[in-house]
Amino acid sequence: MRMTAVRLSAVYFLLFAICAVVLVVYVTATASTIVEEQSRQAISDELSDLEQVYQQSGIIGLVRTIDRRSRQPGASLYLVTDPAGRILAGNVASLQAGVLDDRGQTPDAFSYERYSDETGDRFHLAIAEVVALRNGMRVLVGRDQSEQLRFRGVVQSALILALALMGVAALIAWFFVGRSALKRLDGVTAASARILSGDLTERLPVTGAGDEFDRLSENLNTLLARISLLQVGLQEVSDNIAHDLRTPLTRLRTRAEAALSAPPDAREAREVLDQMIAECDQMIRTFDALLMISRVEAGSDQVMKSEIDLATIVADVVDLYEPLAEDAAAELVLTVPPTLKAYASRELIAQALSNLLDNALKYAAAPDRQTRIRVALTEDEADWRLCVSDDGPGIPADMRERVIERFYRLDKSRSMPGSGLGLSLVQAIARIHGGRLLLADAAPGLTVCLEVPMDERQAGERGDG
Amino acid sequence: MTEAALATVSTESMRILIIEDDREAASYLVKALKEAGHVADHAADGEEGLHVAETRGYDVLIVDRMLPKLDGLSIIAKLRESGHRTPVLILSALGQVDDRVKGLRAGGDDYLSKPFAIAELLARVEVLGRRRGAKDVETSYRVGDLELDRLSHEVRRAGKPVVLQPREFRLLEYLMKHAGQVVTRTMLLENVWDYHFDPQTNVIDVHISRLRSKIERDFGSPILHTVRGAGYIMRAGD
Repeated sequence: MRMTAVRLSAVYFLLFAICAVVLVVYVTATASTIVEEQSRQAISDELSDLEQVYQQSGIIGLVRTIDRRSRQPGASLYLVTDPAGRILAGNVASLQAGVLDDRGQTPDAFSYERYSDETGDRFHLAIAEVVALRNGMRVLVGRDQSEQLRFRGVVQSALILALALMGVAALIAWFFVGRSALKRLDGVTAASARILSGDLTERLPVTGAGDEFDRLSENLNTLLARISLLQVGLQEVSDNIAHDLRTPLTRLRTRAEAALSAPPDAREAREVLDQMIAECDQMIRTFDALLMISRVEAGSDQVMKSEIDLATIVADVVDLYEPLAEDAAAELVLTVPPTLKAYASRELIAQALSNLLDNALKYAAAPDRQTRIRVALTEDEADWRLCVSDDGPGIPADMRERVIERFYRLDKSRSMPGSGLGLSLVQAIARIHGGRLLLADAAPGLTVCLEVPMDERQAGERGDG
Repeated sequence: MTEAALATVSTESMRILIIEDDREAASYLVKALKEAGHVADHAADGEEGLHVAETRGYDVLIVDRMLPKLDGLSIIAKLRESGHRTPVLILSALGQVDDRVKGLRAGGDDYLSKPFAIAELLARVEVLGRRRGAKDVETSYRVGDLELDRLSHEVRRAGKPVVLQPREFRLLEYLMKHAGQVVTRTMLLENVWDYHFDPQTNVIDVHISRLRSKIERDFGSPILHTVRGAGYIMRAGD
């Protein structure tokens, strides 16, 4: 992390420096071009002025004018030579060789020596323009470049200073900004290390600034919440398996052991084996139900659904239970519309209703009285509802949520056969259809309803979370 | 209520191929099928199974879904592609609702999820093996003095009419169609009600006892027998 920070700041500074240097070079180059152009223009103007003087007052006037001008302080360069190259007038002591050979503007700056030099430096740089007069004499007018060089130096050092200052400022700013970002990342790292070491209740820090870091933390926190939910589910399932599968396994083992230690006769042996098979079947049932519930809760189960007529299915299942109910002195009262089309799994809806009817017959029916179990299928604009109501003892309000939990059984029902998974399975089926399971007081008795949105195709995408 | 012994149930011998990679389970199946009077072979992986099934004639194939080299559903698809119509019973440890649908769509004729009762498997194999001589085209069934007319929906025993509910009629129709074969509770739930879940209470038994009271009560001799640990069988005479 820290290495990344150092690398990042180096790259950042380098980019900044390159930009600044390009800026400095561009500005100075442009500036000196402009100044040079101005100098050359001034030289040309002065030369044409001098040519006029020569034409009006001849060689004497020209020499005099140049002599006068070259004595002025901070003057330009002036030089008049005869055709042989001997100096006749001007303020230039000597010139770089060859400057006077060509007429017109000097392409580059040249060095020269000046009379009455007070600055100390004997040699200077200059640009100039040379004209040849009709009699072969040459006139040179030039401008000293020292000023401009100095100007360029000043600009450059000013810009370098500014660059250095900006670089330092950028580094300082980046250091503080980067450090606070790093500090927050360190916070996230520390929190995730604690989470990794097993504390799933820990959450990543959220400052409330609503920035990228907060969004990242919030998303990761949501992920963590989902994981802990699944973990709790897994924990429950393994606890449940430990309890509700170990118990029958223990019984199974004990029976086998007892049969071994005291070999029974053929009839007894058969009975023991029958009991053991029944125990196995019950365990398989429990196991299947658990698998189904966990598949639903993990959200991974894509059950095949199709357009089905719920009214037919409900009537079918009630028909299946009719004789059983009659034997248990219970009356099944069915209320269904002529047809109710929905997008659902035929098998699962039938299984859910079968579980609810099983429960009602098991817990509400009593041999000493006539029980009435009502099965009603209704719909409104939003949902369809499948309710099974009995007039039995019901479930106290504070217990209704609990009976849906896996393996939870009310104390008084523990002696009854069953896995304690029936309602959990019905709830799982409701959720797989995007709906929910509702328990209410039927006064007297219990009403259990499966409530599922009508257009399950949309609700299914919303999920059950 | 009488009980018929399981071993006496089988009437005709069938050639059966078991394609199953679990050798212990397979040898147990082979043993059980032989005891029931059938000839049973075993193949331990998908490729071998497909080869054996294609080259030798079998009455029924028992195919595990998950196999090394070639999975069960692919075997069935390949067999069906090359024109083999041998009935297939799929065995699977995947017991969820949709797995069955997928298996049957792939060309399987029946589906049994593991673990299963051996009696359940034997009963299903019997029914599958005799499907080709199916009684689907017959318009009436007769077992002893019990007659069922599939067109008029009339049932008579010893010439006397028996009044049945529509569901009871369909239950009896299925039992008589498979007269002489063991029919399990899940087979009844699947074929008469068309549901595949496992009800916690044995709802089928109550339906059977109702039906039995209607076709037996006034006639003395039992005709619908309970096969202990397996299911029911329609058989006259004993």
